[in-house]
Amino acid sequence: MSLEAKDLTFRYPRRSRGSVLEGVFLTVEPGERVGLSAPSGRGKTTLCKLLSGYERPDRGEVLLDGRPLSSYKGFCPVQMIWQHPETAVDPLLRLGETLYEAGPVEDRLLDALHIQPAWLERYPLELSGGELQRFCIARALREGVRYLLCDEITAMLDLITQAQIWDFLLEEARQRELGLVIVSHNTLLLERLCTRIHPLT
Amino acid sequence: MSRWNQRKRTLALLGCAALLLCAVTVAGLLFQPLAMETDFANKQLAPGPGHWFGTDWMGRDMLARTLTGLSLSIRIGLLTAVVSALLSVLLGVTAALGRRADAVISWCIDLFLGIPHILLVMLISLAFGRGFVGVVAGVSLSHWPSLARVIRGEVLQLRQTTYVRAAERLGVPRGRIIRRHMLPHLLPQFLTGLILQFPHAILHEASVTFLGFGLSPEQPAIGVILSESMRYLTTGKWWLALFPGLSLVLVVLLFAALGEGVRRLLHPASAHQ
Amino acid sequence: MEPILDVEGLSISFRQYDRGAHQRTLPVIHDLSLSIAPGQVVAVVGSSGSGKSLLAHALLDILPANSAREGVIRYRGEPLTPARTAALRGTEIVLVPQGVTYLDPLMKVGPQICKGRREGRVREACRAVLARYGLPPDTEERYPFELSGGMARRVLISTAVMESPRLVIADEPTPGLDARAAGRILGHFRELADGGAGVLLITHDLELALTIADRVAVLYAGETVEEAAAADFTTPGGLRHPYTRALWAALPQNGFRPIPGSQPAPGEIPTGCRFAPRCPRCRGDCQETHPAYRSFRGGMVRCDFPGEVME
Repeated sequence: MSLEAKDLTFRYPRRSRGSVLEGVFLTVEPGERVGLSAPSGRGKTTLCKLLSGYERPDRGEVLLDGRPLSSYKGFCPVQMIWQHPETAVDPLLRLGETLYEAGPVEDRLLDALHIQPAWLERYPLELSGGELQRFCIARALREGVRYLLCDEITAMLDLITQAQIWDFLLEEARQRELGLVIVSHNTLLLERLCTRIHPLT
Repeated sequence: MSRWNQRKRTLALLGCAALLLCAVTVAGLLFQPLAMETDFANKQLAPGPGHWFGTDWMGRDMLARTLTGLSLSIRIGLLTAVVSALLSVLLGVTAALGRRADAVISWCIDLFLGIPHILLVMLISLAFGRGFVGVVAGVSLSHWPSLARVIRGEVLQLRQTTYVRAAERLGVPRGRIIRRHMLPHLLPQFLTGLILQFPHAILHEASVTFLGFGLSPEQPAIGVILSESMRYLTTGKWWLALFPGLSLVLVVLLFAALGEGVRRLLHPASAHQ
Repeated sequence: MEPILDVEGLSISFRQYDRGAHQRTLPVIHDLSLSIAPGQVVAVVGSSGSGKSLLAHALLDILPANSAREGVIRYRGEPLTPARTAALRGTEIVLVPQGVTYLDPLMKVGPQICKGRREGRVREACRAVLARYGLPPDTEERYPFELSGGMARRVLISTAVMESPRLVIADEPTPGLDARAAGRILGHFRELADGGAGVLLITHDLELALTIADRVAVLYAGETVEEAAAADFTTPGGLRHPYTRALWAALPQNGFRPIPGSQPAPGEIPTGCRFAPRCPRCRGDCQETHPAYRSFRGGMVRCDFPGEVME
């Protein structure tokens, strides 16, 4: 019942300077909150992309419940949330369409994330980063999600929005036994949020 | 600040240009019989009150002939621009979505761009038996590559955007991604390409016809009119070429202004000026 | 001491098309005032989308064409006219932009720092600047894509300080950097201030700003709501505005307590105090009267009932 990274190695094509990741092992159990900390440029974002299937490793594999992640079709049970929410939503679509495009989202989530119904009619440009991030979280928390990879998701937000979002996410993860991988450069934040911290070497 | 903002002015300009072009098209259709009517009593008249654009060597009214020619040009332009723009989108999107298709289509684009346009139009037109069909086929089959290349590049970029990748991971079907995340983003390129294709198509239609590879000589097309006028220019019948030529330039400029206006309205960098 | 930069009542608004050809004006920054003395680092802290980058653009007169600017900006006592700004920017007033995308990707770093000049003196100065920021000499020969995030930031600073500026404007200089790299970059700004320049640090990261700033101006919904000395944050009861106190309390190490609601978007600004709908201490007339920005206990605050601590 776990998310496993086995011996992950990855290098970006056409870039000469070595691999971004070399032989990374990581196991995340349901209900666990794992913090990733490393100086910038050590492939934290790349690891998240590999774990959620955005990229494929050059060597090694990502397993969910012992099955390769790539064998899961449709909605991926491992979802990544990005640092810049404005790049993760289509600028030409109303947010309501973006939110529901892959399937239904529980109203309960919209309430808990303080997404106002009027926002569904807006375009991304008309909302702030914090408001857009709530949409990205809501659509990732559809039924069937098991793991959330949070890559600096509040780094660009103000402190109050940051506290609001984590307040919600921790509660949701506890109730639904979700596993979280949290990337942040803020060690105090990681200490506050995580059950364990995994240094990426 | 003036009372009319930039967008209103652009829209007004677009409206005027479109209206003028429609008027020319309709007038051309109405004047078609007059354009063919010969009157040997009044041949080779200089521009005057009865015939504003003068008459030709068979006494046909040049104003009617010019309007009919323009009308024909605009209709051919419209048809070829639509056909070639649709072709561009189809090929551009296909190329961007499959690696092998990309190799084939990119090769075709390079091939078509490598041959001089006018030569290509002539060859295709000949192959299709000249006439209306030949010209339309020639112009539309030769004008897709540049727009197709733009669209291919655009789709390749869109595929790498975080929101398209995220939609894939969220399980949105591929068809819906193309329909909702790609086509709307291609619309500005498509519309601008479509409208800017017009003047090209019209000019090429006129030139192949002028060279004798396009429409048949009895049709009052601008190319035919211009090529006939060449015989009389040396004897001082300047009006035979001047007015049809000038009005062709005017129509082309109108279309170019239309395209520029649409581009300005749709392009994010200038949309709010 | 005469302030190097003095901004008074700066407002920035945008003309936008809503639907069709109907235009509306969106106020983004409203009544912003601040001043920077030589040797000072003043941080402007606001959330993303609060229009804080526009402040930098307004100071450099590089706002987009569909925007309008009101208020007075004085540089060393004299108003900054467009002509004067054009003469000063890049030499006396410099911008350290957000990231590597502001560098020309097709030009090696060295020529960008030298701004195309080839004289030996300039080349030497360039090498000295690179060395000062701990960049190896071969950085000159690299292209921007070969730089790491931290190196790119240091290159951007190098580009800015080549001319020994009097006013440095830093727009979000740290995102994407880990704590150590960010600390090092901010340290360089502190050094510039200690060398006599004025530094305006525009950021969303209150915590990092506090590590080097002398004073902090807090933006809320396009307005400055408080200007406080850095020490006021750590002094109990030192803060003046309820929003600033809420920000401070939301830090992970200070309780991590959020208040509900979110900042109003431009165009939906309430008539009274802009913070009133979320304010724990909101009173009847806060909803109607818009508070003035006034000095209070050695700082500035935009609240009619400042400084009263709850509990």
